[in-house]
Amino acid sequence: MSIARNQGTLTRSIAAHAALLTWTVIALFPVFVIVINSVKSRRVIFADPLALPTAETFDLVGYQTVLAQGDFLLYFTNSMIVTMASLFFVLLFGAMAAFALSEYRFRGNLLMGLYLALGIMIPIRLGTVAILQMMVATGLVNTRTALVLVYTAQGLPLAIFILSEFMRNVSSDLKNAGRIDGLSEYTIFFRLVLPLVRPAMATVAVFTLIPIWNDLWFPLILAPGESVKTITLGSQVFIGQFVTNWNAVLAALSLAIVPVLVLYLIFSRHLIRGITAGAVK
Amino acid sequence: MGALTLTNVTKSFGSTDVIKGVDLQVEHGEFCVFVGPSGCGKSTLLRMIAGLEDVTGGDVMIDGERVNDRAPAKREIAMVFQSYALYPHLDVRANMGLALKQAGVARDEIRAMTDKAAGMLSLDALMDRRPAELSGGQRQRVAIGRAIVRRPKLFLFDEPLSNLDAALRVQTRIEIARLHRELGATMVYVTHDQVEAMTLADRIVVLRAGRVEQVGAPMDLYKDPANTFVAGFIGSPQMNFLKGAALGMRSETVGLRPEHLRPDNDGPISGSVSHVEKLGGETLVYVTTEAHGLLTLRLFGEHDYDVDSVLRLGFDAARAFHFGADGLRLRD
Ligand SMILES: Nc1ncnc2c1ncn2[C@@H]1O[C@H](COP(=O)(O)OP(=O)(O)OP(=O)(O)O)[C@@H](O)[C@H]1O
Ligand SMILES: [Mg+2]
Repeated sequence: MSIARNQGTLTRSIAAHAALLTWTVIALFPVFVIVINSVKSRRVIFADPLALPTAETFDLVGYQTVLAQGDFLLYFTNSMIVTMASLFFVLLFGAMAAFALSEYRFRGNLLMGLYLALGIMIPIRLGTVAILQMMVATGLVNTRTALVLVYTAQGLPLAIFILSEFMRNVSSDLKNAGRIDGLSEYTIFFRLVLPLVRPAMATVAVFTLIPIWNDLWFPLILAPGESVKTITLGSQVFIGQFVTNWNAVLAALSLAIVPVLVLYLIFSRHLIRGITAGAVK
Repeated sequence: MGALTLTNVTKSFGSTDVIKGVDLQVEHGEFCVFVGPSGCGKSTLLRMIAGLEDVTGGDVMIDGERVNDRAPAKREIAMVFQSYALYPHLDVRANMGLALKQAGVARDEIRAMTDKAAGMLSLDALMDRRPAELSGGQRQRVAIGRAIVRRPKLFLFDEPLSNLDAALRVQTRIEIARLHRELGATMVYVTHDQVEAMTLADRIVVLRAGRVEQVGAPMDLYKDPANTFVAGFIGSPQMNFLKGAALGMRSETVGLRPEHLRPDNDGPISGSVSHVEKLGGETLVYVTTEAHGLLTLRLFGEHDYDVDSVLRLGFDAARAFHFGADGLRLRD
């Protein structure tokens, strides 16, 4: 009886793991192909794209080209600045708006919430022309500020939507205890509520971070200047109309994965860890 | 002037009226308990006193001062919540001292005051732990300690014991009673547990649907309820309500406490035993009657009755409460 049940769970666990593994392989395959090909010589990339690099085919020419290109570090820094700044503002303003929407009763609360969430369904790219005109008018074309502003606007709707759901679940007794003890609303927000919604913040951070880092559209339109190029845009120099330097493109892409990976690892620690335990009940 | 005075206090959420005009005076050092069924507005009223909820109409006065528009922290109150509501990122000492720190009290003084409160509640050994490292009962003691440290004019409790198991509940209840005696503080306590209400209160306020039904000392409410609601709410097991007409009495409803019914072969009520509960010291007999529905009978000591056997019941007419058709007590 119990053996039969054990077998049942075993089969089920094998099935679950098989499904997860398949999914992982499918998801990681493109990344894997990019990384292995980035360290192969040009001929082998085309001759046998799926082969692992061997001693003969191993070639770091892509990385050499990319690093020798000189501006690569600059592009990298630009991407980093734009992404981190946008992320910071999305999380800060998103959390504040979510707190206001979930905590305070005021006229138009619901409408305001709907309005702020509407952006999830309407792609910001539809407004590209208007955004470009605005940036031209304010003289922000070819600045990182332009990108930060656009990405903050792009990330806020989802952030507010997710965070306000989570903040509704933070014990109101806890906030009220803070009020009775004389904490200001800001302290309640920063010290009591934010730490409790940290897992949600990490989720939002990951969802916000990746599209910004990978975006090609807005850098191309709003900030194509040499000094403010992001890495995704910078990598495009290797893709020509007639010749494409695949070694360099693949190397640049491989390098571009690293920071997202690092940031993801940082946030995912919080995704798992919850500190609500013991706060209430 | 009392420690707390409510004058025609009302509260509406949008178009729903939750508190419909409450007048109440709580004296200094009094232990006042709000009881009532779920959703009657006990917590809302308490939160209005604390300043966590705006007052729609009427006045809230604490120690003679009108505090309607004063922030919670400025009202000199302390509140203990059902869910403990300890700050998860602070240890016990910091949890207890936070209000003083916010008020700008010097560090040594905070330490002295938290130590004193910790001593009263035997929390000394736990001062450096975080809430996550405490048991439920310890957490609630810390929450009570946090309230004591502030030396408030008014203590507010919102069902502080309902998350605790039975044994711990009794223990903490006794502790709260002791604290009330030692501190001589004014306390307002919300519960729907009538044992807590009866044992702790100097005065009980029975609420129903946002209105005060009756205010009085526990025994006064028990012996002299103003209407069927209070009569049914105070006392356990619940009072039996019998049809006056079926007993040949002029009142609409006759209320009889379970202990005032007795087996009596010449009694006016007949029914059949539907269930017997023996509790050692007493026996509860449930009797189904044609005229009055299910009646509860409470007998001292141990008694045996067969289920479905026929039983006649009698009562002492002097013990009966008479109520009119509107539920109000009829006093001759
Ligand atoms: N923010 C709110 N908006 C609308 N209605 C509310 C709000 N808070 C409470 N109410 C309503 O007010 C009524 C009283 O609620 P309250 O929490 O005071 O009840 P209670 O007596 O404490 O009940 P319980 O014993 O279950 O805690 C309920 O009917 C509730 O639905
Ligand atoms: Mg309540």
